[in-house]
Amino acid sequence: MMRTIRIGSGAGYSGDRIEPALELAEKGDIQYLVFECLGERTVALAQQARVKNAQTGYDPLLEERMRAVLPVCASRGIRIVTNMGAANPAAAARKTAEIAGSLGLSALKIAAVIGDDVLEPCRERDLPIMEFDGTIGQLGNRLLSANAYLGAEPMVEALGAGADIVITGRASDPALFLAPMIHAFGWAMDDWDLLGQGTVAGHLLECAGQITGGYFADPPYKNVPDLARLGFPIGEVGEDGGLIITKVAGSGGAVTARTCKEQLLYEVHDPTRYLQPDVTADFSQVGVEEIARDRVRVSGGRGTRRPSTLKVSIGYVDSFIGEGQISYAGPGALARGRLALEIVRERLKLTAVAASELRFELIGVDSLHGSEVSAHANEPYEVRLRVAGRTENLREAVRIGNEVETLYTNGPAAGGGVVKSARDVVAVASVLLPREHVRPQVQFTGGA
Amino acid sequence: MKLREIAHSRTGDKGNTSNISVIAYDEKHYPLLLEQVTSARVKAHFAGIVEGEVVRYELPNISALNFVMSQALGGGVTRSLALDAHGKSLSSALLDLEIEPPVTPGE
Repeated sequence: MMRTIRIGSGAGYSGDRIEPALELAEKGDIQYLVFECLGERTVALAQQARVKNAQTGYDPLLEERMRAVLPVCASRGIRIVTNMGAANPAAAARKTAEIAGSLGLSALKIAAVIGDDVLEPCRERDLPIMEFDGTIGQLGNRLLSANAYLGAEPMVEALGAGADIVITGRASDPALFLAPMIHAFGWAMDDWDLLGQGTVAGHLLECAGQITGGYFADPPYKNVPDLARLGFPIGEVGEDGGLIITKVAGSGGAVTARTCKEQLLYEVHDPTRYLQPDVTADFSQVGVEEIARDRVRVSGGRGTRRPSTLKVSIGYVDSFIGEGQISYAGPGALARGRLALEIVRERLKLTAVAASELRFELIGVDSLHGSEVSAHANEPYEVRLRVAGRTENLREAVRIGNEVETLYTNGPAAGGGVVKSARDVVAVASVLLPREHVRPQVQFTGGA
Repeated sequence: MKLREIAHSRTGDKGNTSNISVIAYDEKHYPLLLEQVTSARVKAHFAGIVEGEVVRYELPNISALNFVMSQALGGGVTRSLALDAHGKSLSSALLDLEIEPPVTPGE
């Protein structure tokens, strides 16, 4: 008989809702629960936190999530795979062991996958940066972190050694889902078609609610029921790679051919070459078919040999951003908003604020798509001016918001609700590191 | 008619690159998408936003196109000055594209 596993997706980003994960554990009949919580920039920010305190650097919601799901996961034997380790998987594993202990679950075996931190090998090789002209070396002391996107292998190793909870740092998002499939079915690490289809499954599941009706509703063309109680997805995967996307019966949202198609192409460039640490996946022949309500069969994922390099996400101090906002409403709001923009534009010149890049816009008019795309819109009842600029230091960034604030007493009539901010920008770029320089390891905690 | 009448769309982001899918509600409209929603039109539609090239990929199995737009996110999601740094709202702008309905024989 064909073996099948059911994998639940309990989070699509760090701050995601927690109850849908609990619902999956309680009612989803799942064997694995995956939490994908690590955005592009999160590791760099977490590295900064770790520099200040060596026991931190993991996901800020780790404790809340683990406390919510560990009792039911332990009682049902649901194994957890997550990248909530962020910049410090070992500390996240220790923290999780402590939480498990406090819940009377100290028998849980917890594995940390370490080795994604590749700052040293990247520095030694002075690798070129993919997004702009420059190298790692040229970033100097602005470079904060370099983390390789690990594949499924160390997670498979951890599951094979009996881990109930696997905590990684930077890992490819689909690999978090691929690992339980490889573990459960013993797929070969060079069966490119199976790994490609497994990657399709992981890719569809990794953003949680984005395939069950989140980021989708557009009435009246696309209606989604009960988004306040959106259910998170379950992937039913067979050992031959057969895949059905579904969700807990009675939860909000919907799984349809349309939600699956949108998510299939989400953040995909060339669909024939979706580069992963474990495979070069090919989504171009994928088909979707609704077989029952909230049950969609997805087939046709394929693959070719994995790339010889791993993508490395580097975090660096880029610049500072200063910003100010103020609102105008009622008759003539648009004209007053435009007048105010001209005043701030001139003030920033007169006072010689050193900004390398500036944006002047009216929220409600042209802030999202620029003045050309928005040219034909009707006049709004209220507008919100927004001026943002990039500077080299915090002092200059503060001056941008200040020039918006002074509109209160020096600008057009009836401006209200100023908000201003100034912050440093930790940005992220990428380099490619030959995979032999990345040596992941698995460390166990707990299981007492 | 507007593209929104016959297709749905989702935006994704990676670095300074934005991708927008355009998926026909009904597969019979896929040829219309192929014919009218070209890279050049998408590039022109996003004048002032997309500074790089626009590449179109075709996925006939799901009646969809995927547009990959480089230098489209104000220098990159993690450093952009834009309110919508991810460009999440760009799909809605694309659905406003004007589409010539096909000439149906007999009408």
